[in-house]
Order: sequence, then C-alpha cells, then structure tokens
Amino acid sequence: MADTDTALVPPKPGFISRNRDTLLRTLVPICVVVCLVLLWQFIITVNSIPQYILPGPLAVANSLYNDWGTLSPALWVTTQITMQALALALIGGVGIAVFLIQSKWIETAFYPITVILQVTPIVAIAPLILIYAPTTQVALLICAFLVAFFPILSNMVQGLKSVDHNLLNLFDLYGASRWQTLLYLKLPSSLPYFMTGLRIGGGLALIAAVVAEFAAGSAGAGSGLAFRLLESQYRLNIPRLFAALILLSLLGVVIFAITSFISWFFLHRWHESSLKREN
Amino acid sequence: MSMSQAPLIPAPGETRRRPLVVMRSVSKTFSSGTLALSDMSLTVEGGEFVSLLGPSGCGKSTALRIIAGLGDVSTGTIDWPSSRINSKGLPEGDISFVFQEPTLMPWQTVFGNVYLPLKLRGVSKSAARDEIMNTLATVGLQDFADAYPRELSGGMKMRVSIARALVTKPKLLLMDEPFAALDEITRQKLNDDVLRLWRETGITVIFVTHSVFESAYLSNRIVVMKARPGRVHADFPLVTSLERDARYRTSEEYRQACEKVSTMLIEAIGGEEH
Repeated sequence: MADTDTALVPPKPGFISRNRDTLLRTLVPICVVVCLVLLWQFIITVNSIPQYILPGPLAVANSLYNDWGTLSPALWVTTQITMQALALALIGGVGIAVFLIQSKWIETAFYPITVILQVTPIVAIAPLILIYAPTTQVALLICAFLVAFFPILSNMVQGLKSVDHNLLNLFDLYGASRWQTLLYLKLPSSLPYFMTGLRIGGGLALIAAVVAEFAAGSAGAGSGLAFRLLESQYRLNIPRLFAALILLSLLGVVIFAITSFISWFFLHRWHESSLKREN
Repeated sequence: MSMSQAPLIPAPGETRRRPLVVMRSVSKTFSSGTLALSDMSLTVEGGEFVSLLGPSGCGKSTALRIIAGLGDVSTGTIDWPSSRINSKGLPEGDISFVFQEPTLMPWQTVFGNVYLPLKLRGVSKSAARDEIMNTLATVGLQDFADAYPRELSGGMKMRVSIARALVTKPKLLLMDEPFAALDEITRQKLNDDVLRLWRETGITVIFVTHSVFESAYLSNRIVVMKARPGRVHADFPLVTSLERDARYRTSEEYRQACEKVSTMLIEAIGGEEH
C-alpha cells in the first residue's frame, strides 16, 4: 500500500519548471517591449529623423533624467489630484448609492440628475467649474472627481440592488434591522460591483485630471504633468513631451495595478471573477 | 378519505398535542391578480412532520412563505397559540426557513453563515462559537467551519443551510423543496439526516415537496394540495410501525403509503384538469 502511494506522487519539479508559466508570462511581454524600443531607436538612427519630430528612446530617457527636477513635482501634483479625486469619488459614490436605494421615491427623484451629470462631457463644464472654484487645484479636483464618481455610483447602485432575494427574505425572517441588512448583506454582496467601479474610476480619474488641466491651462509651480506636456509642445521640446507622456502612462499602470490588487485581495477567496476555472 | 375539511385525528397511540400554528381560511391574491391560495385552513401541532405535496402552482410554497411571514395574507388569519408574538405578528426566533437553494452568503465561511442568525440577535462570536460548532457537528460539517461555500458540494451547502436554520433552536422548521436540486443518493442521505434531527430535537417540520416518495418517507402527516387556486385537497396522517430507515424504503408498508399518496396526488391533479 505504501509502495503504491509513493509511486503515485510525481517527482518534485525544479523552480523553473514549476514557475514556467509565470516566467513566460512575465518575460514574453518584456521582450516585446524591449524589441519595440530597439526598433524605434533603429528607425530614428537609420533615417536620421530630427528630435523635434520624433525623438529616439535614448533622447527621451535623457530628458527624463535631466528634466526630473521639473517633471517630478508635476508628477506629484497629478498623482495627488488623481488620488484625492478617486478617494472622494469612492466616499461620494458609495454614500450616495446607499442613499439612493433607501426608497423607490428617492431613487426616482434623484437618479435622473445623476445621469444628466454623467452624460454631460466634462470638458464642457470645466470652464464653469474654473469660474466657481476658488483655486485651479480645486477646479481640477472637482473635474476629476465628477468623472471618477459616476462609474462608482452606478456600479454601487446596481450592486446594492442585485442582492439575492432569498438572502433578503432570510434577513427579514430573522428580524434584521435596516442597518444590519445594509452592513451584513447589501454592502458585502455588492463588493464585486464596487471593485469594478473602483477599477474604472481609477483609470478615469487620471484621464479627467489630465483633460481638466488641458482645459484649465494652468501654469506655474503648482501645475501637473498635463501642463508640462503642453508647455513642451509649445517649446518644441519633444523629448520632454515624450518623457511626460511616459510618466503619465506609468502612473496609469500603477493605479491599474493597485486597484486590481485591491480587487483581487478582497474577492479572491469567494468571488467567481477571481477564481481559476477548474477544468 | 377526508377531503378539504381536515379533521385533526391524532395518530393512534399519540396524545393530542398543542397546536403550534393555526391557519384559518387564508387566501392570498398576488398584485398581478393571481389567486395563489384560496380559503386554506391548516393546523399544525407541535412535533408533527407535515408534508405539503402538490403539483407546481398549487400554492404550497406560497403557503409556507405566508406561515414564515414573508408576505401578507389577503384574507384569513394565522395564529400561534403557543408562541410569544412580536410586533409583526410573528413568533420571532421560533421559525426557521430552508430555501430550495442553499442561499448562503458566498463571502462568509461556513462558520460565518451559520453564525448569521445569532449575529443578527446580537450574540457575540465567542459566545456563539460552541453552539455553532455543535450544530455543525449534528450535520456532520464540524471539519468544514472555515471553508467557503464555493468549496462545498451541493449536498454540503444544503447541510450548512440546515445548520443555520437549527442554530437558533427553533420550534418550527419550514423547508421549501430543499433537496429538489440534489442527486438521488445525496437526497436520501439528507432525508435521513432531517428525520434524525426531527426525532432528536422534537422540532416541528413543514416540508414542501413535489415528490410522492419523499413525502411518504419523511412525514407523519400529508397535506395534498390542488392548483388554481391553491387549496387543500386531502389531509391525512401516515402511520407506520416501522422505523423509517433504509429497510423502510423497501418495505410493503412504504409501498402502500406511496400508493396512497400517489392516488391522492393524481386525484388532485385530475380534478384540476376537468
């Protein structure tokens, strides 16, 4: 019996063969990016394209290094606006969603207003916000907030309303209070929807922060990456424009990674979206 | 056989017990205008195992939900002679419900799911721990307290659902076709478990099913219902001298019981078609 048992256990695989999939999954995309960058540099060099039309990756890296003193405060400003907007959007989105589902009448009365605000392009309201907001920073924050807020709100409303009816019956049966039903049933059961809202909202907050800054055209010490981008364009400092662009996409990637991780962390033990299919 | 007006004949050898729930001429009309229940009267006594049997659409689930207080009656009354009544007219804490689906919270472990009714009553987790583990042991799931529902089989999920219903030590257990979605072997096992729990705890069970065999195996009283509108067609006790176990399933007595129940059900369905 013991013999057959040991015979059934496969030999322990080495590190590389055990993590083969993960390694491939990481290495292949990196190789592709490296190849594209090399190709980019190659084309620039062979065709001797001038920097003010298309700078090579070396020139961009150079600019990233030399202009770090200008770019890093701008990166920080954009990061701050995006994160603050996202945080406000999370609080506001969840709070208002909970308020909206309290009664059919509240929802009927207020939901159209939220939809109107949502479908109005943010660039169109930006000038108005700029007039009313005390500082440009606040205006940018409001713009980014408004854009990030709606996906979170609509996802939360959807989630709070998609609670299993039998579980609701069960809570009724045990005489659960409104507060208990919200806390123990509606909020946890809408967590997957919240996470979807978070991921969409995180991406949109960054986009909105950039778009709002384009619209605001703010200048000076407190300006973000979007302004640096425009400025570089006016001055035909194209390598710096590319450097700012790269920082923006890196910021986007980081936000995406963080929100995806948060989503995985809270859902992986129970939700289908975070599970591997077992077949 | 007695029809409609169900005389409450106690089974031979049994003494008459106090009524637990009394439905008097209960009717239920849905907002769509459908008459789901018409003039249904039913008295269930403490310790009974009653099956509500009937074709789909006969209102057996509606009746169960009304007893549980999930939905109001349109006319008629429901009384609880031996319970303390809360503001909603329900004997809170005395009823538990097992749905056709396990209806577990996927974000909670087995422990967390069974803890729910006690949590809603404000019992702390540490105070509830022993009770929960004991209840899990009665359904054979003591080793799965930390598992999430998705890790369990259909039968195990149903056991969790039953454990959650029993953890409050209710007087009345309402079961709405709880095993309809399970395979035959799992269903028979769970039937035996429910019977054992019924014998051990002295709980009263109202069991909705569309299976003749299940109702004949489990119950000591069967209420056959008729559809459109839902009403009681027949109400009779099912007495057996045998222990209800694997041997009972193959006994002549069980066969006769099935035949009797089956005849009643065919009558109920036939009456609807003419």
